[in-house]
Amino acid sequence: MIDYTPVVLPNIENLHEIDVYEKHGGYSHIRKALGMQPEDVIEVVKKSGLRGRGGAAFPTGLKWSFMPKDNEKPKYLAINGDESEPGSFKDRQIFEFNPHLMIEGILIAGYAMGITSAYIYIRGEYEKWVQMVEKALKDAYDKGYVGDKMKTAFSSDYTLNIYVHRGAGAYICGEESSLMNSLEGKRGYPRVKPPFPAQYGLWGCPTTINNVETIANVPLIIDKGAEWYAAIGAEKHPGPILYGISGHVNKPGVYELPSGMLLTELIYDYAGGLPGDKKIKMVIPGGSSMPPLRGEELEGIRMDAESLKAAGSAIGTAGIMVMDEDTDIVRILTRIAHFYWIESCGQCTPCREGTGWMLKVLHRIMDGQGRMSDLDLLENVASNIEGNTICALGDAAAWPVKFTVQRFRKELEEYIQQTSEVAA
Amino acid sequence: MFTEQELAHVEELKSRYPEKQAAIMGVLHIMQDKYGYIDEERATYVAELLELPPEHVLGVISFYEMYHDHPTGKYKLQVCTNVSCMLRNSDMVIATIKERLGIAMGEQTEDGLFSLHEAECLGSCGTAPMMSVNKDYHENLTPESINAAIDSIYAMEKSNNGNS
Ligand SMILES: Cc1cc2nc3c(=O)[nH]c(=O)nc-3n(C[C@H](O)[C@H](O)[C@H](O)COP(=O)(O)O)c2cc1C
Ligand code: SF4
Ligand code: FES
Repeated sequence: MIDYTPVVLPNIENLHEIDVYEKHGGYSHIRKALGMQPEDVIEVVKKSGLRGRGGAAFPTGLKWSFMPKDNEKPKYLAINGDESEPGSFKDRQIFEFNPHLMIEGILIAGYAMGITSAYIYIRGEYEKWVQMVEKALKDAYDKGYVGDKMKTAFSSDYTLNIYVHRGAGAYICGEESSLMNSLEGKRGYPRVKPPFPAQYGLWGCPTTINNVETIANVPLIIDKGAEWYAAIGAEKHPGPILYGISGHVNKPGVYELPSGMLLTELIYDYAGGLPGDKKIKMVIPGGSSMPPLRGEELEGIRMDAESLKAAGSAIGTAGIMVMDEDTDIVRILTRIAHFYWIESCGQCTPCREGTGWMLKVLHRIMDGQGRMSDLDLLENVASNIEGNTICALGDAAAWPVKFTVQRFRKELEEYIQQTSEVAA
Repeated sequence: MFTEQELAHVEELKSRYPEKQAAIMGVLHIMQDKYGYIDEERATYVAELLELPPEHVLGVISFYEMYHDHPTGKYKLQVCTNVSCMLRNSDMVIATIKERLGIAMGEQTEDGLFSLHEAECLGSCGTAPMMSVNKDYHENLTPESINAAIDSIYAMEKSNNGNS
């Protein structure tokens, strides 16, 4: 175990209450930011090395710099709290335990980019957490930290309104362009890119989309400085990460630790290892759409974008799903394929047809009707989806299938051999 | 169809956006929570409130999982069967409910109180297995806690009926 004190989810009782948050320095970071030039705020975030926590690990400061400066139109910020990728349950912790850190991050980001209004998009099922965020927001409005009263509270010219937008159950709405359509009151179909959101986003205006956890890191960077932040964890992907560990471990949960932790250390030292000391068969390191890893090949793999890429996977949402040696991977893969089939919005043929096809083949294998050639077929269908669709849900559907077939070929062949009536 | 208070809420929702169409999801949530489902008449009412074509409202209702165009049980038991929950025995959750209420996935009890649904990941993977009962999350489920949750609903229903 390493020596680390959480900063995103610090161990402070009732930090979700505005008075407690203030007592611990809350809302002094936006004050500090307002004393800087907006470009300098972006510069600090760039230097910190902060990268998005929503899945793609895109550099946050760089993303902010895409927003046009001289612009007559309103500018929008959308905070992505859709959190629907299976295995991800971290943003919920911020809503519940440190909502003001997120709100303060939104204010700082808003000032840096000259944002007119910001929306926090929260998945519809999180009704309880929607209420928590709305309560925190109301308290911040009442104190004058958000909205027109910022003028007096911070004696600044900059003001920002922040609103909550509640989703209604659609995984695809976590994809940023779908999220914007959903916010506009439409069905959540992803948009073709370009144009990119920074040019043509919400209501045709420049828009930035950031994940909840990403934005919650911002006040810390302004407070303690880019150098402090850049020195935490992995050099190219620094900062604290909320690792969500689930599945076959003794102590599942969200663990805040530096980026670049050894996967094995997280599983064994923090999450308490596997029940019955079983071996690991498979780990999915970043939510169900990331390529699965073999249990016996985890040694040395670190949880940061570069290390995981080298290992043939990706960090995604840092939601780590652990499966022991007795896990039926055909059933797991079928369940994953079912998810992407259900959630495909159906706009692109490769995604709509491909997800259905993969599911059908997997069901066939599970039902004892699999053929050896089905494995090649699965890989083939997956490859035809990958890269051929409007949004990345297509890749998200293809990767688990493609990489499970590649990396667990022997197990899958054995499965077919043993269960199929028509194996040949 | 909406009370004055609900209409005030609609106005507040509209004020959040540059275009009132964006308030549709919030308005549909009010409708869904109030009636349990949104039929064509209710959808038309929402369309009029927001000055939208009724087809648009119907399209939005069908796109999102949480809006229903037909009634479900008064208590919707949504059991997550996605990977992290499956790994922690969501099968047990379904079996326990089946045994207790005699309903399978997609079915409803005869008294109309409960319906059983398969849910996708609800963001409780660290406290799996889980289900939601309407808006409440029930986590780290065991056969005992599932039965206790059902007991408390029966008890609440009984006392509500006694009072009326
Ligand atoms: C199918 C799909 C679902 C996604 N779901 C989420 C989500 O729930 N939350 C999230 O922050 N990002 C999600 N993303 C990524 C977003 O499109 C976007 O990259 C992210 O919100 C940007 O924020 P960041 O730069 O701070 O990471 C999803 C992407 C895809 C393709
Ligand atoms: S890739 Fe799938 S989810 Fe994305 S736009 Fe195409 S059909 Fe819809
Ligand atoms: S997999 Fe069941 S809550 Fe996430």
